[in-house]
Amino acid sequence: MANRKGLPKPFLCLALVILYAAAPGGMRSFLQAVSTVTEEAPTPLRVVQMEGLAVLKIIKHCEEFAPALVTGQLLGLDVGSVLEVTNCFPFPIREEDDEADADGANYQLEMMRCLREVNVDNNTIGWYQSCLLGSFQTVELIETFMNYQENIRRCVCIVYDPSRSSQGVLALKALKLTDSFMDLYRNNGLTGEKLREKKLSWVDIFEEIPIKVSNSALVSAFMKELEPESPVTQCDFERLKLSTAPFMERNLEFLIGCMDDLSSEQNKFQYYYRNLSRQQSQQQAWLQKRRQENMARKAAGEEPLPEEDPSNPIFKPVPEPSRLDGYLVTNQISSYCNHINGVAGQNFNRLYLMKALHED
Amino acid sequence: MATSPALLFPSPSSASSPPSSARVEAVVLFNVCDSYVRRPDQADRVIGTLLGSLLPDGTVHVRNSYVVPHSESADQVAIDIDYHHNMYASHQKVNPKEVIVGWFSTGFGVSGGSTLIHEFYSREVQNPIHLTVDTGFTRGEASIKAYISSNLSLGDRHLAAQFQEIPLDLRMIEAEKAGFEILKSTMVEKLPNDLEGMESSMEKLYILIDEIYKYVDDVVEGRVAPDNRIGRFISDSVASMPKLSPAAFDKLFNDKIQDNLALVYLSSITRTQISIAEKLNTAAQVL
Repeated sequence: MANRKGLPKPFLCLALVILYAAAPGGMRSFLQAVSTVTEEAPTPLRVVQMEGLAVLKIIKHCEEFAPALVTGQLLGLDVGSVLEVTNCFPFPIREEDDEADADGANYQLEMMRCLREVNVDNNTIGWYQSCLLGSFQTVELIETFMNYQENIRRCVCIVYDPSRSSQGVLALKALKLTDSFMDLYRNNGLTGEKLREKKLSWVDIFEEIPIKVSNSALVSAFMKELEPESPVTQCDFERLKLSTAPFMERNLEFLIGCMDDLSSEQNKFQYYYRNLSRQQSQQQAWLQKRRQENMARKAAGEEPLPEEDPSNPIFKPVPEPSRLDGYLVTNQISSYCNHINGVAGQNFNRLYLMKALHED
Repeated sequence: MATSPALLFPSPSSASSPPSSARVEAVVLFNVCDSYVRRPDQADRVIGTLLGSLLPDGTVHVRNSYVVPHSESADQVAIDIDYHHNMYASHQKVNPKEVIVGWFSTGFGVSGGSTLIHEFYSREVQNPIHLTVDTGFTRGEASIKAYISSNLSLGDRHLAAQFQEIPLDLRMIEAEKAGFEILKSTMVEKLPNDLEGMESSMEKLYILIDEIYKYVDDVVEGRVAPDNRIGRFISDSVASMPKLSPAAFDKLFNDKIQDNLALVYLSSITRTQISIAEKLNTAAQVL
C-alpha cells in the first residue's frame, strides 16, 4: 500500500492558536450573545482566492522536499463566499516520536506571533499538503478535517502535486468535505442503510472548489517588467515533452494497487454478508428449537422459556465493516483514471503535432 | 581604484571571498512586495533578512526571506534583533540548509542607515549581500539591485564602506513553472487545466514557426540581410529531428496511438467497474 503511507499530521493544537489569533467577526456584542437567536447558515463556499505569494510558497516548499510529503498552514481571511488565502508557512518534517508535539505547537505559535507583528493576516483557514500522483484521499485527511472543523467555521485543504506539475500543469486543488458527509462521520453513521438514506455515494465525500489567483498591483507591475523576453517559457517546454511514459507507468502502478485494495474491501463485505446470513439462519434454527421446547413445556405445565437469549453468542450482532475505506479507495481510483485520461489526451495532441512536423 | 598609495584595501579574509553574483527566486520578490504593502503607516521602507545558500562558484542563491520590524529616524536605526533570531530559528526547523545570506530593503539606492544595518548583518554572516527592491519605481522602471560592501580604511582608520553592485540573475525558473500569466495579472479567474494549457503552448509554437517562416522568406527574397548565426540555428533545429523512413515513423506513430487508446479504454473500464461495485455495495441486503 505504498500510496497510502501515513502523512505527517498537521499540528492539532488549534485551540491555543485560536485563542491567540484575533478571529474576524468573532466578537459579538453581549446582547447578541445572550439572546437565543440562532445564527443564519453560513454562505456556501464558492471560490478560494489565493495570492500569488501563497501559491509560490506552496510550490517551493513541496518541490524542495519531493518526494517526501510535507504540510503547512494556510493563513487568510474568510469573506462571504470567498475564502482568501494571503499567506502560508511550512511545517517542519516531524519525526515519529510523540514528544515533538509540544515542539510543533511551539513552532506554530511562534510563527503566528511573528507574522502578526508584521501585519500578516493571522487567521488560520486551513492547511496545505503535497501528495504523490493524487493519492491524498486517506483517512488521516478526513480526521484532520474534522479536527480543524471543530475550531474553525470554514476551512479548506489545498493539495499540490509536484509530479503532475512536471507535466506542465499547475496541479493545485482546493478540497473540502461535504457537509452531509461530515454529519454522517460525526455520528458514526457510515453503515449501508444510512448511506442509502442520504443517497451519499463516493463522489460526495470531497468537494473540489475552484481556485482564483490574485496579485497585488505592485507585484504584478514588477512581474510585467521582469517577464523574460522569450515567448516560450519553461512551462511550454514541459508541456511539449514527448516522454510521458514514466508518469503513466507510475499512475498505472498505483491504479493496480488500488484495484487490489478495492477487491479486498469487497471481499470483506462478502464475508460480512455471509456471516450475517449464517447468523440469521442459526437464529432461526435456535428459535424453532425454543418454540418446540416451549410447546413441550406448556404441555408439561411448566413456565415457558423466553424466546430470546442475549447470552447466546449467536445473537451477538456482527459488526458491519465501515464503508469509508472502500469509498476512499474508489476516490483514488477515479482520480488516477482522470489523470490517465488527461495525459493520454495530451499525448494524442503531441503525437499528431509530431506527425505534422515530420511530414514537412 | 587604488591609484594613490595611501588607500589600503584590507586583504580578503581567508575563509571565503565575497560573492560575485546573486540569483533571486520569485518567491523572495513576492514576499518583499507583500510586506511593503502591509508595512505600518509610519514606516517608509521595510527591511528584512534574506535566506539562501552560497554556491561553490561564488553565486549567492537567495531562496527565501522574511521581514524584520525596524524603526528608522534621521539619526538612528533600530532593528528587532530578537524577532530576527526567532524567525531564523523557526525557518531553520523547516529547512536547515537555508542560511542567512544578507538582507533586503525597499527603496532606491543605499542610504546612510543602510550601512549600520549592513554592519549588523556582517556580524551574522560574512559578506552579506544587500538587495534593494525599488517599490517606488523612482526611475520609472522596476530596479532590483544587489550590492556587497567592502570596507575602505586608511591605515588603521575605518573610513567608509563602499557598496559595489554585483550582477543579479532574475531568471525565476520556479515562477515560470507556475506560469507567468497567473503571476502577472491582478486576478486570474481560473487555473488552466491540461488541455487548455496544451492549447496555449501549441499556439505559441505555431507563432514561433510562423515567424521563422517569415524570416526565411524575407531572406530568400532579399528583404532582410541574412544572418549566418540564425541560419545555423535554424538548420540545427531542423536537423535535430530524427531521420526516420516514413514506414518506420508510421509504425512508431501507430504504436503510440494504440498504447494511448488502450490506456483510455482501461481507465473507462475501471470507472464502469467502480460504479458497478458501488451499486453492489450499497444495495439493500436481501435476507
